[in-house]
Amino acid sequence: MHPAPSVIFFTTFSGLGFGLLFFLGLGFPAVTGWTAFAFFVIAYAMAVGGLMASTFHLGRPERAIKAFTQWRSSWLSREAWCAVGALVLMGLYAMGLVFFDTRIMTFGISGAVLSLATVFTTSMIYTQLKTIPRWNMAITPVKFISLSLAGGALLAGQVSAALVLLVIAGLVQIFTWLEGDKALAASGSNMASATGLGDIGGVRAFEPPHTGTNYLLREFVHEIGRKHSQKLRAISLLLMVALPFVLLVLPFSHFFALLAVISHIAGVLTARWLFFAEAEHVVGLYYGKR
Amino acid sequence: MTTLPTHTDKKLGLVIDLDTCVGCHACVISCKGWNTENYGAPLSDQNAYGADNNGTFLNRVHSFEVQPDEGAAQLIHFPKSCLHCEDAPCVTVCPTGASYKRVEDGIVLVNESNCIGCGLCAWACPYGARELDQAEGVMKKCTLCVDRIYNENLPEEDRQPACVRTCPAGARHFGDLGDENSDVSKLVAERGGMDLMPEQGTKPVNKYLPPRPKDAMPEFDVLAPFLEPVAEEPKGFLGWLDRTLEKL
Repeated sequence: MHPAPSVIFFTTFSGLGFGLLFFLGLGFPAVTGWTAFAFFVIAYAMAVGGLMASTFHLGRPERAIKAFTQWRSSWLSREAWCAVGALVLMGLYAMGLVFFDTRIMTFGISGAVLSLATVFTTSMIYTQLKTIPRWNMAITPVKFISLSLAGGALLAGQVSAALVLLVIAGLVQIFTWLEGDKALAASGSNMASATGLGDIGGVRAFEPPHTGTNYLLREFVHEIGRKHSQKLRAISLLLMVALPFVLLVLPFSHFFALLAVISHIAGVLTARWLFFAEAEHVVGLYYGKR
Repeated sequence: MTTLPTHTDKKLGLVIDLDTCVGCHACVISCKGWNTENYGAPLSDQNAYGADNNGTFLNRVHSFEVQPDEGAAQLIHFPKSCLHCEDAPCVTVCPTGASYKRVEDGIVLVNESNCIGCGLCAWACPYGARELDQAEGVMKKCTLCVDRIYNENLPEEDRQPACVRTCPAGARHFGDLGDENSDVSKLVAERGGMDLMPEQGTKPVNKYLPPRPKDAMPEFDVLAPFLEPVAEEPKGFLGWLDRTLEKL
């Protein structure tokens, strides 16, 4: 899959933003007034910024409002509802905290639940696709949610929770890579099934339908990005989990905490780039590619 | 609504004969020609006369080489367009309801004025049947020439998809695959019509007829009996010369 910057940016930052909102909604840290204001500004900048970025890849962004109509069947539509619901409820909750020094737990808890639901619906957009076996696994939502919680705990300054959640997110990520490497072969889709010609003999793509490139190849076939995938996996794990873990274990300082957050974000961006670049869409089989 | 209908009155679709297709790409051109100037947004090209040209097509012809265990490799031309699946994953993922499957004939269509161009339906399609038009920003796909097949302004023989009408080899057939007595259904039964990527669970309506088995060429040559070697061993003078030279 083409690792489009808008989608990488969207999933990374909305995951972090809603992760932070989850912890704020539950009252960790139990901030009020201007401190609360600062936390909510960071959370909203990430969550809303991410959602805005996601509209950049639309062909017709001016009609984006129509995406709210099909929540009965479409995960993308459900994501839109959850995101707006979470942002509205958390906004009311934040107003109570910032301006009235009051914690309205109903809004906080329901906002937290919807924040996590938003991350879940985002992950389901990818998980539902049988055409991309590497994503079509039960572990995919677990990965998105564990990463969002780890990043949220880190941003919320919940050190002990962050330490545990970072390790869990790292382990889930490693498991996802190992399972993902076997997914295309296990899906049963190959050139023989794609063409139905396997009964005659070995199938080879002789001539593509077009001399230039096209939408399908640009969007779904990204073989070049996988060249350094093993190195990038190691780098992303180092930045996303290992370095923040060490920085949190060290005696607390605001500088180390900031460094841990920056490192974590860089790691998640790298891992998310791989999430797209490594994903093989079965349509590539018609071109003899993966 | 982007939920799929539980039942469609007809299952209109194509039957493509891989034994007959000669790979001329006439169906690709007639498809582009008809669909760029009729239903929906035109099928745009980008940099059409430059080095890096590309554009939107609803039908494309791949060519595959298949190597049997014995005998010569076979070249098989393989037209591919929307298969109008019964369990079309492109329909259910659509967030706006732009992508839908018609109850009356099973055709999968895009309502372009509702399409936001998110591309998710193309992600969900295993066959690469949907392409996002780069000029219009909306998803384009085969309509089964919905604006031809019911069009009473056209002569009756033209009321079929442009690709079928134009195919010079007769490799493309159009009809109701839900009716087991239709010509296309009989053709599928007779020739063992197959689904592409059945493991994806899409239940495609379009069927592909596999290439017929190749017959083996027997070793046969009318002149062979007359061309057998006359003498294995040299005789007479040449025989003497051979033996003498051998002794040297």
